[in-house]
Amino acid sequence: MRIMAQMSMVMNLDKCIGCHTCSVTCKQAWTNRTGTEYVWFNNVETRPGQGYPRTYENQETWEGGWTLTKRGRLQLKAGGRLKNLATIFSSPKMPSIQDYYEPWTYDYETLTNAPLQEHSPVARPMSLISGKDMNIAWSANWDDDLGGSELLAADPVLAKVSDKVKIAYEQTFMFYLPRICEHCLNPSCAASCPSGAIYKRAEDGIVLVDQDKCRGWRKCVTGCPYKKVYFNHKTGKAEKCTFCFPRIEVGLPTVCAETCVGRLRYIGLVLYDADKVLEAATVTDPHDLLESQRSVFLDPFDPVVVREAEAAGIPRDWVLAAQRSPIWALISTYKVALPLHPEYRTMPMVWYIPPLSPVVDVVAETGEDAEAAGNLFAAIDTLRIPVEYLAELFTAGDTAPVTGVLKKLAAMRSYMRDITMGRDGDPSIPEAVGMTTTEMEAMFRLLAIAKYDERYVIPPAHAEQAHNLEELATECGLNYDGGPGMGGSGPFGEGSGAGTPLAVENFRALKDRQTADTSADPASPHARVNLLNWDGRGTPGGLFPRRGEPHDAPPDPPSTGAGTDPGAGTGRRSEADGGTAS
Amino acid sequence: MTSTRDIVLWVVLPYVCLAVFVGGHAWRYRYDKFGWTTRSSQLYESRLLRWGSPLFHFGILAVFAGHVMGLGVPETWTAAVGISEGMYHFMAISIGAVAGLATVVGMALLIYRRRTNGPVFGATTRMDKLMYLMLGLVVALGMWNTIAGSMLHTYGDYDYRLGVSVWLRGIFTFQLHPELMAAAPFSFQAHGAVAMLLFALWPFTRLVHVFSVPFFYLWRPYVVYRSKPERLGARAPRRGWERSERTLR
Repeated sequence: MRIMAQMSMVMNLDKCIGCHTCSVTCKQAWTNRTGTEYVWFNNVETRPGQGYPRTYENQETWEGGWTLTKRGRLQLKAGGRLKNLATIFSSPKMPSIQDYYEPWTYDYETLTNAPLQEHSPVARPMSLISGKDMNIAWSANWDDDLGGSELLAADPVLAKVSDKVKIAYEQTFMFYLPRICEHCLNPSCAASCPSGAIYKRAEDGIVLVDQDKCRGWRKCVTGCPYKKVYFNHKTGKAEKCTFCFPRIEVGLPTVCAETCVGRLRYIGLVLYDADKVLEAATVTDPHDLLESQRSVFLDPFDPVVVREAEAAGIPRDWVLAAQRSPIWALISTYKVALPLHPEYRTMPMVWYIPPLSPVVDVVAETGEDAEAAGNLFAAIDTLRIPVEYLAELFTAGDTAPVTGVLKKLAAMRSYMRDITMGRDGDPSIPEAVGMTTTEMEAMFRLLAIAKYDERYVIPPAHAEQAHNLEELATECGLNYDGGPGMGGSGPFGEGSGAGTPLAVENFRALKDRQTADTSADPASPHARVNLLNWDGRGTPGGLFPRRGEPHDAPPDPPSTGAGTDPGAGTGRRSEADGGTAS
Repeated sequence: MTSTRDIVLWVVLPYVCLAVFVGGHAWRYRYDKFGWTTRSSQLYESRLLRWGSPLFHFGILAVFAGHVMGLGVPETWTAAVGISEGMYHFMAISIGAVAGLATVVGMALLIYRRRTNGPVFGATTRMDKLMYLMLGLVVALGMWNTIAGSMLHTYGDYDYRLGVSVWLRGIFTFQLHPELMAAAPFSFQAHGAVAMLLFALWPFTRLVHVFSVPFFYLWRPYVVYRSKPERLGARAPRRGWERSERTLR
């Protein structure tokens, strides 16, 4: 047994409203640079739909991921090592910029310098690739919300479901699929990289590109079946989702998860046996891949696993975090999360709870009670199209696991309605899906009301002191708040001297700050208020001159009255107090 | 008697270029690993690239192999294994012509693509243009030497394996023969001189990617794992500031 820890994510698709906040904040954080204009580490697709880049799921065209050889061995779909090297001069299966989309900006200058005319001037779209005027014809979410349009004909997943399926208006269903890099256990991008620049971190399983080792061979773009490695056309290097590792290392969730409006993302650790990954990825029947991947994960409560994990150098708090992990609960305890396209055999580690809403919508349209367990169960069994479509996405076409998950979600909805309405829960409903009432209520808590620190169980990396320790050695020892070295700036004015520490706040510091009454330490008379950290609550001493006082008066004594309005303290994370506020 | 001009051209210049070539690569690798890439433009255009790039690259690899044979192996060695001068030249010309043709056609396609495709032309740096000029010149002169020199015998029976080759090997064995190059036909001299300048230019262009041929890929495990370095912080500790635990282990 070779135990490794994997930082992973589960997304609850029923909660996704397709607002693209995750995509936008991710882009602002990571890819708002030249060369990555077309790159979305996080994107949200409307399904059924073509996806981004267009039809990326059709591996007969794009040749991503792994496949089994005739002798039952795992091989890159794009070919073996020799073929990979032989085709290095022109990567044969790389999507062009048109398959993603041609990024553009607008000629805003016209708006201000156009001569006086009868009609208002128009800012025309201009290509960020060629710099010329262009017609916008496609984008990363061009088919957004277009469930039921003719654009769907090109959806490779829909094509697999059945050739008899016609997307008639009445049969239309639609849901959103947010996607990031899967940080696979068996990453085919890393396996395709001739330079060995893509690596998997041994500590937390995050897959990264070494920008100094990447030579721009572009094989990873082909190798990734999810098309989540991108080519930066300005630097000539591959770039991909980093799982926001600088944040994860200090115990903060990724930007996409932090900013998710629907709170549908869960982040946590999974312990797995690295020696079994290859075997699990090689099972013959694609329908067995879901179960074989589940079998790779190790029960963090098993004393043998705990002992082995500590022997393997996994810190104690990581094992504890693995036990509290929402991912382990959703994947292995409740078994409601499913992997995206397990048939690519990369052992993806961003899993999804399939949406029940297409089924609920259909039942509701018939006028029947859409929250009664019996109605929902019957609908799940008879509604072929959404179930088969979901099965093609999450279980390589096997409808049984999808039906099982949807029934659990339906049972939870129905069972909890009774309780919410003040009636007694009907224990026969959980029993029908093989769960106890306690389990059902625990699952409901995790899916519906889990707080920040239950959704994100992220133990900090054990180098979190590194930067601080480094600063200790390089900074003036008297340079603490109020210390004699606190000159404010270096010898050559503001900004000179040792740099401001770059370390991101860790989770505890953030929590302290956000639950504190004041923005500056009231015990220190010279405490400086960091305006970036000031969240608008109260008026910290020293921030504003006291009313009616001359401006050159000495700074205010620390006012204990700062931020005395307790009602103002509804910080976004006060939910972490256990929800008593609501 | 060799003139000063010959000494400068065929003794000083090769060593200067060689020094810039080696030192330049060391410098570039040390200070610009991030810039060490193929700078592929396939994302913009792949229809012409699909033909042009493999033609050019495989062609020039064959041309390189031919140069190693023709310049690196003395005529006495091939004669010793029973390959006559006539046989050798037939082989060299036939294989060389095919390889040269592939290189020229591929390069023409690539340059046409680079000039006519807007985004690709936009991604072309000044250094790229200079490099294309030099490389094109070297290839053209080389083709001329093969066609005019070896096939049409424009220069009589000039045997570069007794002239140019001996001079080049002498550069590496410190047995200098500038007089051999001085006696060579002009197009051979030009080919050699421009090639030397190209080598001096090499480390400062995208040609550095030649030294990134990933042969190691054939042996390494598919998935690469990396651990965080044991040291604390992003930089190596300065001398005298190392952590004490390390010495205790």
